Order: sequence, then C-alpha cells, then structure tokens
Amino acid sequence: MDFRFSPPEEAFREEIREWLKTNLPKNWSGDRFSRGSGDADGMNVYADFAKRLATKGWVAPHWPKEYGGLGLSVVEQLIFNEEMSLANAPVGYSMIGVGWAGPTIIVYGTDEQKQRFLQPITSGTTMWCQGFSEPNAGSDLANLSTRAVRDGDDYVINGQKIWTSGAHYADWMILIARTDQDAPKHKGISYFLVDMKTPGITTRPLIDMMNNHGFNEIFFENVRVPRANLLGEENRGWYMATTTLDFERSSIGGAVGAKKMLDDLVVWTKETRSNGHYVYDEAPVRWRLGEAAVEAELGRLLSYRVVTLQSRGLVPNYESSIAKLFNTDMQLRMAKSGMEIMGLYGQLDHKDKKSPLQGRFERQYLWQTGLAVGGGTTEIQKNIIAMRGLGLPRQ
Amino acid sequence: MDLGLDEQQEMLKTFARDFLEKECPESLVRNMEEDEKGYSPELWKKMAEQGWMGLTIPDAYGGSGLSLCEQVVLLEEFGRALVPGPFISTVVLGAVPIMEAGSEDQKKQFLPKIAAGETIMTLALTEPSAKWSADGVTLAAKKEGSDYVLNGTKLFVPDAHVSDYMVVVARTSGKGEAGITLFIVDSKSAGIKYEVLKTIAADKQCEVTFENVKVPAANMLGKEGKGWPIVEKVSKAATVAACAYLVGLSQMDFDVTLNYAKERVQFGRPIGSFQAIQHKLADAVIDVDGSRFITYKAAWSLSEGEPDADLMVSMAKAWASDASRRVVAHGQQIHGGVGFTKEYKIQLYFRRQKWMELMWGDGDYHREKVAQLMGV
Repeated sequence: MDFRFSPPEEAFREEIREWLKTNLPKNWSGDRFSRGSGDADGMNVYADFAKRLATKGWVAPHWPKEYGGLGLSVVEQLIFNEEMSLANAPVGYSMIGVGWAGPTIIVYGTDEQKQRFLQPITSGTTMWCQGFSEPNAGSDLANLSTRAVRDGDDYVINGQKIWTSGAHYADWMILIARTDQDAPKHKGISYFLVDMKTPGITTRPLIDMMNNHGFNEIFFENVRVPRANLLGEENRGWYMATTTLDFERSSIGGAVGAKKMLDDLVVWTKETRSNGHYVYDEAPVRWRLGEAAVEAELGRLLSYRVVTLQSRGLVPNYESSIAKLFNTDMQLRMAKSGMEIMGLYGQLDHKDKKSPLQGRFERQYLWQTGLAVGGGTTEIQKNIIAMRGLGLPRQ
Repeated sequence: MDLGLDEQQEMLKTFARDFLEKECPESLVRNMEEDEKGYSPELWKKMAEQGWMGLTIPDAYGGSGLSLCEQVVLLEEFGRALVPGPFISTVVLGAVPIMEAGSEDQKKQFLPKIAAGETIMTLALTEPSAKWSADGVTLAAKKEGSDYVLNGTKLFVPDAHVSDYMVVVARTSGKGEAGITLFIVDSKSAGIKYEVLKTIAADKQCEVTFENVKVPAANMLGKEGKGWPIVEKVSKAATVAACAYLVGLSQMDFDVTLNYAKERVQFGRPIGSFQAIQHKLADAVIDVDGSRFITYKAAWSLSEGEPDADLMVSMAKAWASDASRRVVAHGQQIHGGVGFTKEYKIQLYFRRQKWMELMWGDGDYHREKVAQLMGV
C-alpha cells in the first residue's frame, strides 16, 4: 500500500511537463475536440505532434527497444499517459498503430513484416486505421461478412467496414475478414494489413453528432491484398484481434484529464455569479462537484490498480475492463453534471463566445456519449466483466 | 506506487480470515444480536492474544506500533465476518484520543491495558441533535473544586454499556469548536445511566445520561477548551475504520451473491446467465473494488500525513457509504425471496451496511466536505 511515485518516476513526469511546454502546437487551447476533428488543419496538428514525439522516442514509449520503443515500465507509461492527458495533447495520430497494429505485428508478424511496419509507426510517419466493425457486425463483431478469397499470390477482398476512425488520412488498415465461409463464425476469420491506396477501396465520410468528420464507411471492391500481408495464420484472425485488446493500455491515465476539467469547473463556480451569489454557494452544486471529485479519484485508483497488477507481473482480467468502463461512465457523468451546473449556459456550443470554459463540457458530453459505445458498448463491457471476470455462465 | 498489500499485510489478512472463519461463525454473529452485552468475552480474549487490540498502539505501550494501513486490512476482515463487539470503539474511539492527546501518565495507564484486551473503551460524542459537528456538543462540564461535574445526554454512543471508560466530549464554555473539553470518565461513575438502543443492525449503541457526574480534573484529556481538534483526529480514523468495515462487508455480500447467481436455476438455467443479473454484478464489483482502493488511499494518506488526507478520508466515506448500499441492495434483489428471510445470512449484511453508512457521516455529508476541501 504505497501511493507515492519514486523520485526517478517524478523526474520523468517533470521531463514530460517541461517538454510539453515547448512542443505543444502554438496557441494550443487544449481543446482536442475542436481540433483534429477530421478536417485537414486538425490532422496536420496531430501529424506534426507525432513527429515531435518521435524525436524523443515517445510515440510508443512502452514498446520494447528493439521495435523502436523505450521499454518504459508500466508505471512510467502511466505517467506518460497522465501528462499527455493533462495537457490534452494531440496524441491521436498513432493511436491505432501503437495500440493495435504494432502490438499484433510484434506478436504474430514475420520478421519481414516487423521490419517493414514497426519503424514507420514509432517514427510517427504512418497512420493506421482499424477495419473491424461492419453494418451487421457491431457488438457481435464475429458476425462480420467482408470476404477475403485466395487468388494466386493475393487475397481478393469484397465487403464493407464502418465507424472507421481516421480512415480518410490513414496510410494502412488492420482488417479482419472472413476467409472460410463454412467454418463456425469465430474460426473463419483472418487478419490483414492493407495499404489504403490499393485500388478498389472507397472511403465515404460519416459525420458524427459533434459535426465532425471523424469516422468513415469503407467499401472494398475486388481489392487485391498480397499474401505477404496476411498476419499470422489464416483463419486465426479472431483470436489475434481479441488478444490485441490486452495490449491496449492507452485508456489508463485518462482520469487525470477529467480531474483537470473538474478543477476548472470548480474555479468557474467560484467566480461566476448567479442570482446574487456565486454558483458555488448553492448546496446542490457543491454536492455535484463533490461527487464528481470522488468519481475522478476512483477512476484514477481503478487504473492504478491495473498498473499495480502489471507491475507485479500479473495479467489483469476484469480489472482493466472495470477501469475502462468506470472511467468512460465517470467522464460522461462529469460532463453532464458540469452542463447542469452551468444551467442554460451549459448548452452553448464551443463556437459560441458566451460558452463557459470554451464549451468543453458541452463537447465532452457529446464525445463521451460516443465513447460509451465505441470500442465495445457499456453493456458489452459488463457482459465481458460478468462472464470472463466473474465466471458467470453464458447459458 | 503499488496499491496492493505488502507481505506483512497479506499475512495479517490471511491469518485474520482463517481465524475469524473459525472463531466468529455466523451463529455467533446471530447470538450477539440477542445478547445483552453484544460481544463474546471469549472471542475478545482470543483476539487480544493475537495482538489485534494493540495493532496501532506504540511498542512502548504494549502494542505493535503498526499503521492505519494494517488496521484497515484487519478491519476489512472484521467487516467480512461481521465481528460483533466493541473493537472499533476501543481501539479507535478510545485509544486514538489517548495516543493523540494523552499525558504520559494517561498513556501508561490506559494503552497497555487496551492492547492487552483488559480495558474496553468508547467515545461519547453525539447527542440527541445527532450532529457530528462541534455545535452539537452541549453536555456541560463545570469545574467544582478539583472535579468537573458533567450534566447532559449523549446518544448513539457505541458499546457504552460494556465500556470500562468513556472519552466524553463535553462543553466547558463557549460555542462551536471553542470550549470543548475531553474527559476520560470511569463508566461506572455515580450518576451515569445507560440505555441500549434498538437499531437496524442490532449493534449496541446507547443513550448515556450524565447527572451530576463527578470527574477528577486529572482525567481531562488534553487541555481545557482544546478538545475539538482531538475529536477531529479520532473522527478521521473512525471514518476510515467504518469504510474498511464496509469494504469487507460488501465483498462478502458480493461473494455470497455471485455464488448464488451461479447456482440458482430458473427457466432451466442459472440466473447468473441472464444479463439483467450479470450487469448488476458487474456494477457491484466496481463498487466493491472502488471502495477498497479509496479506503486504502485514505488510510495511507492519514498515516503518512499527506496534505490531502482529509479530502481522501471524506472521498472514501462518500463513496463507500453509497457503493456498499448499492452492493447489498443488489445482493437482496438477486437472492429474491430467500434474501428476505431471517434464516438466510444475506440480511445480516444488508442491515449492518445501513448502520455503517450512517456512522461518521453518510454520502451527502462527506460530498459536502469534499466540495469544501476541493477548492482550498
């Protein structure tokens, strides 16, 4: 039971803070929801920041050194994520590459694939997207119907993917497609690395409710992918895709960003007058602030517990799922509370100059509503916790 | 940074669990609900032999000199086993104010006997106004010669009827936090009357009336008029203790319920295969685990003297109070009818949760404190 970071760890935190002072984009408002939202200007900010991170080896700092990482400990990576989250740094460019594509290639890739794909990820020059979900394969992902058929030295892909974030800028895609139509649904899926410039790929924008072009629909029409771009064994793709989830550590550390938003909100309630008193002077407002503060601390501790397990060489099971689930829910509740505390002003969009705190709570409210669905809905997460974590029966 | 237990804490936990499973079975818990004293002197003696009463008392006074972190580990097991009796009353409410503010003589007189399990103590703080704050203290202490004379009523005093001594929070003058003085009072002093309250948890809280009770001035704890800061220290340790008890209680309720959901068959399948049940249990495990780690953080912050310790204590109680209530409510619902019977054990947890939820401030009380401490 020790909640303190070691002096070298604190020094690392300080190093990151110092570095961010000079390397965040000019005039960076910290509002990642108005930038990097799919428009070209935003994307340039993200791409530029990825290259800056690369000069420090910080694109994938937890990867092993031989693959371009720094081999950071789990705690160091937590610190790194916390500082990026606190600064609202534009780290999204390499998210799929670092969190999904790279780790899967490290485990299942051939030497040639590792040579070819890993360095461009850690140098911050290649952007990946993830071709998993389909119109009829959302929560039931294994129901996917995009087909990959062997034809000589190629696979020929036909089908459709959806909710593909960043596909309109991505260089490469990790794709799961059905290679055996007759096998049970989990057993006929393969994992491919697809060049987004391949003929036959069409990308169509999907505009989200924040009015952003973040994700897309992708259509595959006789897209030829060389056999050399099959990752791992044919028909083992489902298991590779699900184990990739275990590498996903990027959500750890997000709670401090929420705490920062809350701190700003507290200041706002103490500086803003309403009906002859400060907003903070109303008891129900203070209870909401108190509740949000407790939840932000909880979110942090549930994440730290995962880090504790990993540091001790144990493999987290339901512990990482509950950390992720709680943090997503917590941030949505906090955004909601913040907007309600702001009253009528809460509804103002960030583009309106009267919006409190640059409209961050309004943006966050919309964004977190999306995050409660993306990457596994809250309900699917609970199913996983119950069945995988608590051992409850499926039937 | 490591949120887990160290080797010593792990040993303490394992030992306590084995010991309590054997020595504090459900039958004892039930008997003590009906028992006048509310605790088993045999079990008390055996616990003392393990050194548990002196866990946080310094070596020099016969204890083990461990920290609040170890106490939390132990109290979690107490919550799991629903250990009845004046343990928290004695080792927290009684021993902490003496360790914090006692004179050398008082420490020598009381701490070794507490550590040995020979003295039972409690704290008489709350009154019929049922307030945790200093302005709720009206029991008067007036100086007469070399004595103070106490008059007034204390209410919700845990285990007072079996105590040897009480730390009584009295008013010697003034209002609010000023003018509050603590006395160590012999529980058998003339003029004190006890009435055990009938509570939801069938624990033993008392109404204690003081009618011209004479207390020698030498029994003052700390200085006259300077008692409130001592009460605040006790209340923080007691709040963390309540959280730890709730963590253990919630964990056990959850474990029992999870097991039941796997075994109980309806519609030809275990009810734990239904998502309606699965999602309740997923929510409950977050509540249990969250309560545990925020409680650890509060205990650690207090024992390390961290600047945000007060905030962490209130965060812990704000969360554990409500989270434990959600856990035991799910426990009842998932058990269905059998959960509502006296015979089945789950109700023992349900009733005690409400008790500890209310002790030392409920969720609303501590959320307000969090808000006040946050902006500072």
